Parts: sequence; C-alpha cells; structure tokens
Amino acid sequence: MSLLSNSSALLGKELRTEFRSRELLTTTVVFIVIILVLFSFTFDPTSDESRRFGSGLLWLAFLFAASLMLQPCFLREQTNDTLAALRLAVADPFAIFLAKLVANTLFLLVTELLLLPLFAVMYNVPVLPVLPQLVLVFFLGSLGISVAGTALSAISAQARMRELLLPLLLLPLLTPILVASTEVTSGLLDRSPYVQWKGIGFLGVFDLVFLTALWLFGEYLLEE
Amino acid sequence: MKKSASGALAVVVLLGAAAYASFFIAPTDAKQGLIYRILFLHVASAWTGLTAFFICFVANLLYVWRRKPKWDWLGVSAGETGLVFTTVVLVSGPIWAHPVWGIWWTWDARLTSTFVLWLLYVAYLLLRTLIEEPERRALLSALFGIFAFVDVPLVFGSIRWWRTQHPQPIIMGEPGSGLDPLMYKVLFFSWFAMLALMTLLLRQRYRLEAMRGDLEIIQRDRETA
Repeated sequence: MSLLSNSSALLGKELRTEFRSRELLTTTVVFIVIILVLFSFTFDPTSDESRRFGSGLLWLAFLFAASLMLQPCFLREQTNDTLAALRLAVADPFAIFLAKLVANTLFLLVTELLLLPLFAVMYNVPVLPVLPQLVLVFFLGSLGISVAGTALSAISAQARMRELLLPLLLLPLLTPILVASTEVTSGLLDRSPYVQWKGIGFLGVFDLVFLTALWLFGEYLLEE
Repeated sequence: MKKSASGALAVVVLLGAAAYASFFIAPTDAKQGLIYRILFLHVASAWTGLTAFFICFVANLLYVWRRKPKWDWLGVSAGETGLVFTTVVLVSGPIWAHPVWGIWWTWDARLTSTFVLWLLYVAYLLLRTLIEEPERRALLSALFGIFAFVDVPLVFGSIRWWRTQHPQPIIMGEPGSGLDPLMYKVLFFSWFAMLALMTLLLRQRYRLEAMRGDLEIIQRDRETA
C-alpha cells in the first residue's frame, strides 16, 4: 500500500513540476513537428505512400523524441541534488521509478495525441474511425518506451556524454517496440483497417517483461 | 606463462584441424559448391558468440548479487569476446550471401536480429568507457547487460514474426535441412574449436581486466595517500 501512496505523491510532484513550466511537452511537440515536416521531403507523401510509410515514420519520430524527452528524468534530480532525498523519502525505491514512468508515459501519450491530428492532415490518412485502437497502441508503445527509458535514463544520468548515451542505449533496446507498434499502426491506417491482436499482445508482453526487470533491479540503479 | 602458451598452441592446432576438416574432409555441397564451406566458420562463430553473451549475462547477474570485481571482469571479457565472434558472423555472412543469394545483405530476420544484438553489446561496451568510478561502472553496466540480454528474445521474436513476410532469398531449402552427416560432424568440431578459442580469448582478456582493476586500486590509493 505504501508503494502506491508513495508513488502517487511522487507522481503528483512530477506532474506539478512539468505543468508549471510545460518545458518538456512544448519542446517535444515542436521537435516531433520538425521531424514530421522533414520526413515529408524524403518521399512523396500522397495518401497511398503515407499509408505505407506513415506508421513507421510516426513511431520513429516518437522514439527519437522519447530518447530526448527522457533525458531530464533523472538528470534533474541529480543536478538539484534531490535524488538522495527522494530515496530517503520512500520505503521502496521502485516507487520512484513507478512515479517517473507513469509521468513519462502520460507526457508521451499527451504529445502523441496532440500530434495525431496534425499527422492525419499533413499525410492524408484518416485516423478518426480507428481512434480508440490507435490510442491503445500509443498507450502500450509509450508504456514500453517509458519503462525501458526511465531505467536507462537513471544509468545515463550517471555517465559522461549522457545526452548522446541515452539514445545509444535506448534505441536498439526498443527495436521490438518499433517493429510491433509500426506493424499494428500500419494495419490501422490501411484502406480497410484491421487490428493486429498479435502485435498488441506482443507490446503487452514487452511492457510486462521490462516492468518486471525494473521491479527486480530498479533499486540497484539508484545506489549511491 | 608456459601453461598459457601451451594452451594457445592447443587452440591453434584445433583451429587448424577445424579449417582442414572444413576445406578437405566435408564433402562439397551439390548446389553451392565450395563457397558453402565458409558456413563452418560462420555458424560456429554465431553459436560461440551467443555462448559468450550468455556468460556475460550470468556474470552480470552474479556481479549485481555478489559485488565481487571478478564478475565484472568476466562480464566485460565475455561481452567483448562475444562481440568479436558476432563481428565474424556479420562479415562472413555477406561473403557467403553474395554468390549464393546474389546480394550482400538482406533485412531478413536472422541478419537483422544479429545486427541489433551486435549493436546492444557495442552500447554495453561504450557505456563502460563513459563511467569513471569502477564500482559504479561495474554495477551500471551489469544492469544494462541484464536489460540487453532480456531484450534479446523480444528482438528475435518481433523481427521473426513481422519482418519475414518476404520470401527468404535462399536457393536451397531451410538451412539445416538434409545436412550430410559428415557435414554435421565437421560443424560441431568447428564449434568446439571456436569454443576453445573463445575460452583462450576470455582468459587473456580477463587477466588484462584484472590487472587493470588492480592498477586502478593502486592509483586510487596513491591519490588518497
């Protein structure tokens, strides 16, 4: 019980910090818009072409954005010297991770949903008929990105060259998320949309495996 | 010194015998001709690389559990050795593929997942160079090694399920199907020789890492004194 109350208190802190400045959300949204615009130059974005490549470029943009967005997650605690205090404040260090990964999932999901209409308009793909299914894929994908990303940002925050290091550690690790999410999304953006339950199940398994790994090994990531 | 020299000599003899067996004892493939003989090196290296990565994973777990520097040394040595063998796989593969498939590279499941595996361990070794303090480096890289190894089946699974809709550009049937019994023997012997080479490399690399660890302790003591 203390795990949940601890992490909900910490989650409140994460959300307050972000919504006071809105730095992270604004920067990430602008970053993804830039990627989406730049991608349009690399192929001819007619409706048919977008159906073929759209889902992949959307998820690549999310992955790149996440690898930058997750940087400050532990770095902020380290530069403000608040990590030791956080560790003392909670009984189970997993509460810190839980709060941070829920916050990161929310931030990612909000960003993705803000950008979805823009993507639909710019690349000529209707998304409204499959919106609930898309939200499900976005949620499962973002959860996986956040679980692995939160763990790795605790590692990269303690190293040199951390800005470069996080994408380097994270992106190969997220290959399964990229493959599965792209596959499910492209099924949903198809002319006759269909849901690939195998892919959704796979995303669920990925999330579960990494949540378990984080639960088992998370405390060691925060050792002094 | 004498012991390790005779060990090295034994490995050289084994490797020579494996090369002889692959070139002269194994029968020539009816369809591929001579080029298939590189597969004895290729497949044996792939299996050996995976063995090394598994050793790395076990060493990482043991380090997190026990915190003895020796597990860290074994982890980095196995990671590096595995990377060397996987590099051999990634180089020898295209050399075989070009005459047989007609292309150097294709984004097929096995190739792609091996490449991602290679990248994960490159990241593991890079991470180690970017953390100064020995204990922290050992712990954090061990944790990343664990996450990376846990990721491997997911990478293989996802790529195998979704990236092989295209027919595989293999002229003959499934690899491994209908292999000549003598070819099997040569293949397992090559694997054995490669494992011996891996053990040798691992031991040497471990000794180097142990010396480096001792040196770090001496340097730290001098700085604090």
